[in-house]
Amino acid sequence: MSFAITKEAEVVVVDVEGQLIVGNRQELKQKVLDELERGEKKFLIDFSQTGYIDSSGLGVLVSLSKKIREQGGELRLANLNDDLKTLFELTKLDTLFQIADTRERALESF
Amino acid sequence: MTERSEPGVNLHGGGRDDARVIELEIPSDVQEIEKVVELVQRECALMKFGARQLMLNLAVALTEALSNAILRGNNDDPAKHVYVTARVDSVRLVLEVMDEGGGFDLDQCTLDPTTPDNVDREDGRGLFLMRQLMDRVERFDGERGNVVRLTLNRQ
Repeated sequence: MSFAITKEAEVVVVDVEGQLIVGNRQELKQKVLDELERGEKKFLIDFSQTGYIDSSGLGVLVSLSKKIREQGGELRLANLNDDLKTLFELTKLDTLFQIADTRERALESF
Repeated sequence: MTERSEPGVNLHGGGRDDARVIELEIPSDVQEIEKVVELVQRECALMKFGARQLMLNLAVALTEALSNAILRGNNDDPAKHVYVTARVDSVRLVLEVMDEGGGFDLDQCTLDPTTPDNVDREDGRGLFLMRQLMDRVERFDGERGNVVRLTLNRQ
């Protein structure tokens, strides 16, 4: 489980490798908040290498979304597989986030 | 993590003879969760549970039950333990997760995290997800504490 952070143009891209669950959610939160504190405004979280997400992981995404918005920034999600899409649909979080099918489309949407 | 696996043990009296039972005792530590999920996924894969049930239904619901037992049941006390029993055969998986806490009433936990007022909450989705992803969710008092039993029928 790890979170790789790269910068593409003006967008901070976070790849979630493995699970996003109660045991590692704080690590993701802190990494994104650190970037936000440095003045970054555009964030993309890419789930192409993600296994599963639990309610704590979803909660951190909601929290980050609010904090980024409060700072005048934007958050996009990309590459949810079918299981993750179902998870977002069940919780109606698909209505809260801007979700793109691919990383490229997400980057273009800023 | 202490593991005891008993291939060929019957389920529910009169159960199927292809059943396997795993009993685990883990420290009350959220870092243990992923290992438990992997172990149960492996057993269910042997019983031909589909990829979606392994990676969505089982993975998420078991993570929620373990997380609930560790953080709420055991109040994140590292001196306490969580006890997991997984009985799986070619028809269904029955998981029991027991903590060492005082218990809670499932029927009192009725928050719907999908309503417009609740959808942007950061918490309150755990039990909802267990109920959505499992065929049955029950709670009862166990030998040491609260037990949550999750049942998933193989598809």
